[in-house]
Parts: sequence; C-alpha cells; structure tokens
Amino acid sequence: MSTTTADDFHGAHAHDDHHDSDHKPGFFARWFMSTNHKDIGTLYLIFAIMAGVIGGAISGLMRAELANPGIQYLHGWAQMMDGPDATMDQAYHLWNVLITAHGLIMVFFMVMPAIIGGFGNWFVPIMIGAPDMAFPRMNNISFWLLIPAFALLLGSTFVPGGSGNGAGTGWTVYAPLSTSGSPGPAVDMAILSLHLAGASSILGAVNFITTIFNMRAPGMTLHKMPLFVWSVLVTAFLLLLALPVLAAAITMLLTDRNFHTVFYDAAGGGDPELYQHLFWFFGHPEVYIMILPGFGIISQIISTFSRKPVFGYLGMAYAMVAIGVVGFIVWAHHMFTTGMTVNVKMYFTAATMVIAVPTGVKIFSWIATMWGGSLSFKTPMVWALGFIFLFTVGGVTGVVLANGGIDDNLHDTYYVVAHFHYVLSLGAVFALFAGFYYWFPKMSGRMYSEFLGQLHFWVFFVGVNMLFFPMHFLGMSGMQRRVPDYTDALAYWNGIASYGYQIMGVGVVIFFVNIIYAFVAGKKAEGNYWGEGATTLEWTLSSPPPYHQFETLPVIDDSGHH
Amino acid sequence: MNRRINAFMMAMALGLSALAPSSAMAQAEAVNAAAQAAPAAPAAANEAGNAATAAKPAWDYAKPVATVGQPQPGEMTFQEQFTPNGHYALWMHDNILLWVCIIISVFVLALLLYVMVRFRRSANPVPSRTSHNTLIEILWTVIPVFILIGIAIPSIDLLARQFKPAPKDALTVKVTGYQWYWGYEYPDNGIPEFVSNMLPPEKALERGEPRLLAADNRMVLPVGVPIKLIITGSDVIHSFSIPAFWVKEDAVPGRLNERTFTIEKPGVYYGVCSELCGARHGFMPIAVEAVSPDKFAQWVKAQGGKMPGDKSAEAAPAAASVPAAAEPAAATNAATPAAANAAAPATKS
Repeated sequence: MSTTTADDFHGAHAHDDHHDSDHKPGFFARWFMSTNHKDIGTLYLIFAIMAGVIGGAISGLMRAELANPGIQYLHGWAQMMDGPDATMDQAYHLWNVLITAHGLIMVFFMVMPAIIGGFGNWFVPIMIGAPDMAFPRMNNISFWLLIPAFALLLGSTFVPGGSGNGAGTGWTVYAPLSTSGSPGPAVDMAILSLHLAGASSILGAVNFITTIFNMRAPGMTLHKMPLFVWSVLVTAFLLLLALPVLAAAITMLLTDRNFHTVFYDAAGGGDPELYQHLFWFFGHPEVYIMILPGFGIISQIISTFSRKPVFGYLGMAYAMVAIGVVGFIVWAHHMFTTGMTVNVKMYFTAATMVIAVPTGVKIFSWIATMWGGSLSFKTPMVWALGFIFLFTVGGVTGVVLANGGIDDNLHDTYYVVAHFHYVLSLGAVFALFAGFYYWFPKMSGRMYSEFLGQLHFWVFFVGVNMLFFPMHFLGMSGMQRRVPDYTDALAYWNGIASYGYQIMGVGVVIFFVNIIYAFVAGKKAEGNYWGEGATTLEWTLSSPPPYHQFETLPVIDDSGHH
Repeated sequence: MNRRINAFMMAMALGLSALAPSSAMAQAEAVNAAAQAAPAAPAAANEAGNAATAAKPAWDYAKPVATVGQPQPGEMTFQEQFTPNGHYALWMHDNILLWVCIIISVFVLALLLYVMVRFRRSANPVPSRTSHNTLIEILWTVIPVFILIGIAIPSIDLLARQFKPAPKDALTVKVTGYQWYWGYEYPDNGIPEFVSNMLPPEKALERGEPRLLAADNRMVLPVGVPIKLIITGSDVIHSFSIPAFWVKEDAVPGRLNERTFTIEKPGVYYGVCSELCGARHGFMPIAVEAVSPDKFAQWVKAQGGKMPGDKSAEAAPAAASVPAAAEPAAATNAATPAAANAAAPATKS
C-alpha cells in the first residue's frame, strides 16, 4: 500500500544505494503532501519546537515584568503593540493576552503536538511493527490543521478583544469574561483556533486507536505492546472523549457572543458555571493527555538504561487506564470556590485523591524497574530520573490541592501555578526532553553531544526549580495568579523566580547548540546505539529508519519481552 | 426577618444581573472609550471617593499591623490565621499534608539515590530479570490508600465545618464584585451598598498601608460575631478572598454564594480578587477591618445605619448619608452611552 505512494513521486534524489523502501518523493510532495508517519512526526516536532520557543519567550516577558514590584515594561510593550497613546488599561489587558497566549500555546501547540503528534507518530507504528498509520492522509490533515489554528491564535493578538487588542481571558476562557466581557473579534479567533486544534487532535486520536487495534504485527498482542504504545492508546481515548465536550462548550461561547444565545448568561436563564463544568470535563482529562505519553516515554527509557524489562508491566499499563478513567470524574476540583454545595466538594475531594494511587504505582514501579538493574546514566536517563523526582514533588502538592477545604486558600494562587508547572513544565517537558535525547539519533541518524546533553539537564534542572519552587511560597502568602504587579512584600521570591527563568533560558540555548552540533559534527548513529537494554522494534531498524519500514512484517515470538 | 431580607437581596441581585448583561457589550465599549479618553479617570475617582469619605461622620480607619493580614517579605508559609476554621485548616496543612509531602518526596528521592549508587553499571554489571513481585505491588497500592484515608477524614471534617449553616444571629454582608472594585452592603444595618476602590500607591504609602492591597473604603466587621457573606458578581466572575481567614468564594453573576466565618481578633486584613476578571484584575483589593462589637456599632452609626433592635436610629434615612460613589452600578449601566462615558470614571475605577 505504502510503496505505491512512494512510486508516484519518483523524484531526483541520490539514494541509489538504498533499498526500494527508501525512495523518497521530492521536497514539496514529501513535506507538504506527506502521508509518511515519520515525516509527519518530524513536522509535528519542528512545529512544537517553534511554538515552544514563542510560548517560552512569552513567559520570559512575564518573568521580566514580575522580577520587581511595579510596572516596568508592560506599558512600553503596550505602546509597541497598540500605538504610543496606549492606556494603562491596554497595558493590563496586554498582560492578560500574554498569560492566555502562553497557556494556550504551551498546551495545544507545544506539549500536545510534540508528545502525541511527534513521538506518537514516529514510534507507535514502528513499535507495533506496522508500516505506517492506519489513515496516512488523515494523519496529514491532522498536522496541517494546526497551522491555521496557530495562525488564528497569533493573529488574535492584533485585533480588539475588550480593554485592548488580543484575547485576555486566560486559557480557560471563562464566561462571562469571554462573552460579554470581551467584545471584539479576538476571542472569536481564539475560540476558532481551539476548534481547529481540537479537530486536529480528534482526527489524530481516531488514527492512533485504529492503528493500534488493527495494525499490530503478528504476535504483538495488546499485552505485549511497549508501554509507550499503551500510553498513546489511553491518551487517544481521552482525546476522543474529552475534546468534543470542549468543542461544544466553546461553540456555545461563540453563539453567546455572536448570536444572542444565553447558555452562559444568568440573565437569560443560563449559567456561567455550566461553562466551567464543560470546560473542566475536558480540561482535567487534558492534563492527563499531556502527561500520559510522558509516562510511556519514561517507562521505555528506564527499562533501556536499567537493561531490565519494566517491573509490573500489567500494573503499569492498567494504572494508566485507571488514571484515564478516574481522570474523567474529578473535574470539579478545579471549581472548589465556585459555590458548589458541600457534598459535591466532599465527593470531588475524595475522588481526586484516588488518582494518587495509580500514580504512586507508576512511580514505585519505575524505581522497582531500576532495582537490581545495571544502570547507565546517559542523557535520556538523567532526564527520566529528574522527571520521576520532580513529578513526585508536583504530585504531592496535588494531594494538598485535592482537599476542597485547604484549596480555599490556595485556589487561583501561585501555589497552583507552581503545582501544575511541576507536573507539566517539569513533568511533561522533562519527559519530552528525555524522549528527544532518547530518539533523536534514531530520527536524524546523528548522535548529539553527550556532554552538552548532560549540561543541558543540569542547567535546566537548577533553573526550573529556582523558577517554580518559590511560587509555592508566593501562593501560600496570598499572591493571586494572572496579575502583572504584586504588593511589595512578595518581591523576594518573585525576584528569585525570575533569576531561575534566566538559568532555564541558558539551558534551552544549550539544547539548540546541541541540535546544531549533531547536524554539523555529530557522529553517524548505529541502528541500536543504546545496546542490549533497548529491546523495542525501533532498535531493529537503521538510524534513521528506511522511508518505509516493515514491508515484511516482523513476527514477535512468545519469548519476546515488553 | 432574616428570611425577608434574604429574599429582598436575591431580588436585588437578580435585578442587577438582569440589567447588566443585556447592556454589557455597549457598557464595556463605553467604559473602554472612557478609559481611553480620560487616562486620569482612576485618580479622579479616588479623589471623589476620598471626598465622600471626608463628608461622613467621624470615623478613623485603624492603622494595619505590618505582620498581620498581609503577605510578609520572604515568607515561606501561610499567613497567620484569625478564624477557627483557618486555624483548623492551617493545622491540617502544617501537621498532616506538609509532612506527607516532605516524607513522600524525600522517600522517593532516597530510593532514587540508592538505586543510582547501588545498581550503577560498574557496581552491578549483570542485571536481574525480576519483573514481578505480587506482595510489593499490593503493598504500594494499599499503603497509599490508607495514607489518603488518613488525609480524607480531617479534610471532609474541615469542609463540613466551613459550610455549617450560619447561625440566626449572624451579621449578613452582601459582597458584589464589579469590574474592577467591590461593593459592600449591610442589609441587617440598613447600610446600602458602598464601593471599595484600590488606594493609589502614593495614598497607600501615606497611610502606612501595603501597596495594591489598601482600599479607600474598608469592609468593617465585628470580632466574635458570626459573619455571613452573601457573594455575587455584577458583570463577570470575580473571587472574594481573605487569606488570613482561609476564605475564598467566587462572585458569580446570577448566583448568591454564601460563606460564614468568625473573626477572632481586631485588625486589618487584606485580600485580592482571585478570579481573572479583565484588565484591572490585579487592582481590586479587599480590605477588612475587624473591630470590637462596640466600635462596630459606632461605625454603623457613622454610616447612617442602625444596629438590629435599635429603634432610635429607625428614622434616619440611610440613603441620605451614603457617599455619592455608592449609587447602584445598575443605574450607570442603564444610562445612555454618553452619560455612561461621563459617569464611568466616577464609579468605575
């Protein structure tokens, strides 16, 4: 099936010495009309890195402004955006635009495309012994929907959205701030951007589920699939069930905004909190969508560098299923202060704490995998070890926040910001870097500098902890989220956090230097450059793998391990 | 009597929210235009507010104590608590949750460091093939369950205490969140809504109050008396929070949320709006002054209100002595855009 596609595009290229399966189409056909899961995965990764740079730069602006009490730069930026006579209100609105853009970009255009679109596309088919995804053309549209989605979001910053230009509603887009509170086309554009990104993810999810259920190589039973594949399977189901709810919620926002419906307007019999219930019914599974594939990546890496199969494979797989299921019935812990009745708060407190159990199973199983192993501390492994510790720290503060009564004093403060950056910026992002260093030579055929990889880890590790740990203190002190200025007593820890950002920034620069080094001077990567611990199917192929792999399906025998 | 007042307030709130959203678009634009046309609007509004304060009968706000009711420089924990539920919550955090956090984090870190040293390749060149141990898998599932039950019991108890219905003699205060200020109304005392704006930084400094937390008109409350807050929003969702009381409740348009607490000590306690509500979300602080019941009665009198059961003050028409800024916002909302333009700087800041 896939060879005919390749034959259609016999272009001028110099790979005469390669096998037929490595015939690549010409540049435009290859990158703009791609049906190849590896190329689409590469496109996703490039897109995610670019979006990550933009989203990360925005957080740099935020940390610059927050480094000292008072307004230092914000008004100047507003003048750059809105003209020399920009008011302070426009400046404050710009702040809200920055926090909104940072959140939406990092969630929808960095983490999700990188971890599901990028690594999922690249390695799910290979790991189950399939030649490609089940629906290669749908795979292509999944990626290309992200481009207009991102363009709409970036474009929204230049059109009116209330007090100033851009959508300043926060990534949660709560009504009525996002309806009657934000006149102008900016919020409409942001909502349409979410619609497109959501459609992209739903199509991707359909593709992954179909691929994993139908295209496994002979002998690759569900209970033999690598845990990364399991994690993507669970994630795809979460996407499929959660995103349509988001689509419905934001469609009602659109009609409230433009067609005089009153779904979220109390004056017309609607309810602003209906929006929050719908949003978080999507939003809570969404945080597991971002972290579950990371769990999968970490499992592969820990096993590889311990030279041991994963401890408690079935427990690990079904812990992810359990997290996915329970993740759908805890959403209102994001709404503890909205005035729900006390019984509802008690239920959501208890249900939320339940999630700690399967998460604990995963943490302890990773440690047990290493127990008795023969550990080597290559770059991906140090990122994975960093992940386990920092995710634990983010997890225990989650247990604190799960208590509805305690949350009263922490809700919407920097404590929450610290918590979700520990599980996402230090969880999902550490998993992303771990996966990137684990598979980069496989994808590119070039080894990176081990020294720079290790240096990147340590600089980044120090930076992000200095950046996010003080936020716990700020939140407990009472600093609320989403403000450009704070009372002077909060200056100390804010200053430390901003220094932490700069250190993290140096770490990111080292990352890019390392990628350039790999392409300019990196050694050629062997097929299995990690040696005997690396047992999944991608290590049976060359680096990079042939354009079309597994034209003869691999057969997984009974003695094969996970 | 309480019930009748509640019904009245509900009607008020619904009336407000019914008016507000229907003209919200035009209103938001008008405010926008006003803000652009007159960048000095906040200052003007505060002048007006202060003038109104000066016109009232003598009442001096207390000076805040720098170590109470506000963040401390370099602080690494919660603010000191001044309500019984606040003490309970803080106790639960400091004695249960914090230790669970520390012990689990340190335990995981110690295990990681141990395996990193003990099972490094040079120390353990041949890996074991163990990948199952039913007993330990059961243990690390069951033990966390017991830890969580240990947390859940006080947690549920705390919730039950926080949401115990207010006693009959509780003092009711209605809190309304506006873009971007707070309105406080004392229906039990016949004090109609007055608004509370942020003090400009230089004024706050002058009065020895923290920047961005000080407000021109404080919410004055008696200590030792149960307080029942009825919280609602007029335009978008705001959130009323006072960290020193362990209280936070959203101010949602069309909804009356209720929180009850009892303040233990006189003092000035600050809070901030804790739900993103637009441009000046970070600039609508909450300042509560807790005073003895006697002083509270004085303050009520100074506002032209009366204490429940006090017949002598019955005659004084409450509305006469309220500051101009206390005009219900709905009136401004309903005005023509041109009028809103002129009026907005006076009330909206």
